[in-house]
Amino acid sequence: MNSEYFQEIGALSMRWVRRLSREKFSMIFTLVQPMLFWLIFFGNLFQRAADVQVMQAPSYISFLTAGVVVMTVLNNGLAGGVDLLFDKENGFLERLMSTPIRRSSVILSRFLFVMTITSLQVLVILGVAAAFGVHPATGWLGIITILLIGMLFGVGLTSISMALAFSVKSHGDFFSMLGFLSLPMIFLSSALVPLEAMPGWMSALAQLNPMTWVINAIRPLLLANWTEAIPRIGMVLLVLAAFDAVCLYGGVRAFRRALG
Amino acid sequence: MMDRIPALEAVHLTKAYDAVRAVDDLSFDVKEGEIFGLLGPNGAGKSTTVKIAITLLCPSAGRAMIFGVDVVEHADRVRQMIGYVPQERAIDRFLTGREHLQLLGALYHLSREEAERRIRELLKLLDLEHKADIPAKNYSGGMKRKLDLACGLIPNPKVLFMDEPTLGLDVQSRLRIWDYVRRLRERGITVVMTTNYLDEADQLCDRLAIIDGGRLKALGSPLELKAGLGGDSISVTVGPPEPSRIEALAEALRAVPVIRSVSPRPDGVDLRVDAPEKAVPAVLETATRLSCRVEFIEYHRPRLDDVFVAYTGHVFRDEFPKSESNE
Repeated sequence: MNSEYFQEIGALSMRWVRRLSREKFSMIFTLVQPMLFWLIFFGNLFQRAADVQVMQAPSYISFLTAGVVVMTVLNNGLAGGVDLLFDKENGFLERLMSTPIRRSSVILSRFLFVMTITSLQVLVILGVAAAFGVHPATGWLGIITILLIGMLFGVGLTSISMALAFSVKSHGDFFSMLGFLSLPMIFLSSALVPLEAMPGWMSALAQLNPMTWVINAIRPLLLANWTEAIPRIGMVLLVLAAFDAVCLYGGVRAFRRALG
Repeated sequence: MMDRIPALEAVHLTKAYDAVRAVDDLSFDVKEGEIFGLLGPNGAGKSTTVKIAITLLCPSAGRAMIFGVDVVEHADRVRQMIGYVPQERAIDRFLTGREHLQLLGALYHLSREEAERRIRELLKLLDLEHKADIPAKNYSGGMKRKLDLACGLIPNPKVLFMDEPTLGLDVQSRLRIWDYVRRLRERGITVVMTTNYLDEADQLCDRLAIIDGGRLKALGSPLELKAGLGGDSISVTVGPPEPSRIEALAEALRAVPVIRSVSPRPDGVDLRVDAPEKAVPAVLETATRLSCRVEFIEYHRPRLDDVFVAYTGHVFRDEFPKSESNE
């Protein structure tokens, strides 16, 4: 029973990897993500314009690193359903669903793939940040914690993306809704600027954004120490438990509705 | 003959979406080992019927069984017995043909050796060996369809469902697909297919269900359906058309034994006949005797179009096929 389950998930995950490897161009862009340019260009651009006192960080790049890490998780997660959308549109999904697999295998393989790619990218970003002198204050254990928090956030985001993929009528709708979601999520969070430096109404909105909590847990892991990080990690676990529960519920419902 | 369990049995099958009944009280049996066609225009409910049978949709009422196994209650057992070739070219353009088959082999839980064996066999059967290891985006339409078919055959199904198997293919590829389908029948696989094409239904299918507006309109072999119309048809046009003369001709023809039915038109008469070789001379002779000048005489064997018109009351709408709504 279980070995069949693994066989399904393994074969489906392999498909995602093969697809990525066939799209050389897209693979390079996936790994050397635009997010990296945020870090390199935006980070250096605002190095002197940003007030280190306000940032409470040694440099703007070091402040921005946590934000770019989470932006990567955000973008990958929100794009995580795209391939399923195409599968739905060209009938491949029906082909998969007519086979005797557990209905969850398709979704789990997608989670697995998105989480793996995202983690690799986060490591690349942390590597580039290190080249600019940002060394994670909490060491390898901190990096592992960052990856785990990223995955937890990613599960919810990928669920949103899949829910959209299964509910939209056309992929035009899908991409415009993603565009609509992604930028406000970034600007209304502590990715680029700390909450304290925002106009009041923006910081109020940013506090409702789960992304803010994720960034606020990751930032001390990079810049401060465990003592400062642990309470925030505790907090973000609560936030993400609720966030993921809601998103997963919506995702499963959309999946059931789309596939009977 | 023994009463065997049908390969597919639909019993009062109904699928309703809000006010629309996509499938409306369909009942039919598909016998083991036959090629069974669901014929109808777009939106007739063919694809919906197939999707219920392959466990992708739940019926609103009624039931469907594959070899006696209910498609809703035991979906997983049904999925083990069936193969599916979707309407769209459901191909991942980035994967090679072989990778498609490997993926599906794993989803049917085949061992690596068994999968490799079947893949080799299918690639050979469908003449895909030479292109097996290049990505499917480089395949022609016909090759994609063959790969589709190979994917449907990977589980070694007892029943293969095909949704519009030759939609949009060129003539040669169509004939080749027909040929493969007949070979599957030789191997004892039951084939259930939907089609929009009258000639495909006529030449390929052993039996047909004509579906229109979600309802079953006729059921039988193409031959039976055509014979059921009551013989070959002859249409006579006389000139100049005078009602009294046409009436007299019709009256006289009614007395000819091989002519089964006579229906007058404003410019002539339509006949249904049993033996055209006797009927045609009789018609001409009668016309001459009544000094009706025959301007035009047309004879044709009943075509499936005629069957369709007779049972649905409208002409087969052969507009460019769009995919049926699955909502």
